[in-house]
Amino acid sequence: MTPNWTVSRLTWRAPVLAAGLCVLATLAAMAQDGSTGRPSALATLITWMPFILKGFGLNLVMSVLAMALATVSGVILGFMQISPVTLIRLPAKLVTNLFRNSPWLVILFAIMFLVPFQITLPGGDKVMVPDWLKATFGFSLPVMANVSEILRGAVASIPSGQWESAESLAFTRGQTLRHIILPQCIRRMLPPWMNWYALLTLMTPMAAILGVNEALGNTQAAMEAAGSRPEFLIPFYLFLMTIFFVVIYPISICTRRLEKRFATGS
Amino acid sequence: MLDLIAPFFERLYDTTGLNFSPFYNSYDWGRLVEGMWVSVKLITAIIAVSLVIGVIGAGAQTSRLRIIRWMVSAYIEIFRNTPPIVQLLFFYFGLGAITPQVDMGGWYEPAIGSFGWAVIAIGIFGGSYNVEIFRSGIEAVPASTKEAAESLGFSGFKIFVYVTFPLALRICLPALTNNIVSLAKTSSLAYVIAVPEITYSLSGIWSDSVNVPEMMLLLFGYYIVLIAIIARIMTMIERKIALPGYGQ
Repeated sequence: MTPNWTVSRLTWRAPVLAAGLCVLATLAAMAQDGSTGRPSALATLITWMPFILKGFGLNLVMSVLAMALATVSGVILGFMQISPVTLIRLPAKLVTNLFRNSPWLVILFAIMFLVPFQITLPGGDKVMVPDWLKATFGFSLPVMANVSEILRGAVASIPSGQWESAESLAFTRGQTLRHIILPQCIRRMLPPWMNWYALLTLMTPMAAILGVNEALGNTQAAMEAAGSRPEFLIPFYLFLMTIFFVVIYPISICTRRLEKRFATGS
Repeated sequence: MLDLIAPFFERLYDTTGLNFSPFYNSYDWGRLVEGMWVSVKLITAIIAVSLVIGVIGAGAQTSRLRIIRWMVSAYIEIFRNTPPIVQLLFFYFGLGAITPQVDMGGWYEPAIGSFGWAVIAIGIFGGSYNVEIFRSGIEAVPASTKEAAESLGFSGFKIFVYVTFPLALRICLPALTNNIVSLAKTSSLAYVIAVPEITYSLSGIWSDSVNVPEMMLLLFGYYIVLIAIIARIMTMIERKIALPGYGQ
């Protein structure tokens, strides 16, 4: 079943595709460059590039933070899902399915509107919660549910003979999980986990809808500041797609490589 | 319908403060129904577009011409590795600005509206996943089956239509279900280009009546029911077309 044509190495394709996007952006910019006297769309894009890249930095920070949060909470939720106690298992299943089946945008709206914009610390100090932090929290929820599901699936994919033989060797449930099951799960969980990181990063521009100054928000602000001429739209959005592509493509190639290795290894 | 439930929700608002305005206010009710209807239309259209692209792409992937294969994989890589929201904005604002305008008798309207662009953009995005799904299904069809069809005198195209594709469809149906569910969720992105689907119309209601928590509850409920229905339909199809003794 392993696809034989799928790219799993960083070959010449990646730079060619990225360069292709850039050339497309340049061509689009030049093709629409009508009147003289005003700076061309390309020149404007270069002027505003640092501003957009700064916003992109926030995207990466949000994605890393959200992923860390999602991993920790997702692993806890996943363990709750495989617990033998029904009272723990059922709520965990409910939470997982709620967040797995709701659109990212809806979860993001819910967090943005329902979490207060300032919280009172136990000492009595009031702390403002910045929007990007709330958005990070909102992004981490769907990923948390999916990480939990990945853990549950990985544990369920271990043959039950292993549980039984561990039991016959007098391992307790905790010991079996810790020493036998989980070490095998981690290699199975790694590729889907990386996939979710890539997906999470691709979803972070949604925060712009709620006014966070990340790459998409900054791009739109830059276009507006430069006079919102219609010929900006294609090059600016293409540039935005290119910077995401440059970061995400290596990750997805790496994921495929790991998938292939683990598929042949087991 | 509304007359029946309105008194209950009005009393609920008076006694508990839970303001489910669409259930007693006929204007908000209209917005809710319209939003649900547009959302269902949008999801159906997106799924249809993505399936067509998936089948065509998977067929093109088997082409003997290298350049066609390369173009399909470039399409997949580009659309899978860039943010869908930027793709949507790029299509709507970027390409929408250069599409021709249609004379509507006095005023001009773009040939493709926001609904059309949402279907195109999200459909193409979803199609890039479907190509891979269909391709893995086609690859999983045993070569001996195709050879048997060939020995019966089927042409290459007929083998694909009558033998390979029906078998591949059954193999890749579980993966397809996953992608269709995730596309149904992605359809809410159309909010950003003001397609009046459910997220957009409910956001209109909550900014008028300031009842965010209640409308959020409604929105979560809507998507959970919708996805349960889609999953149910897909399992039904899976069961209906299952071949005895083939597959799992």
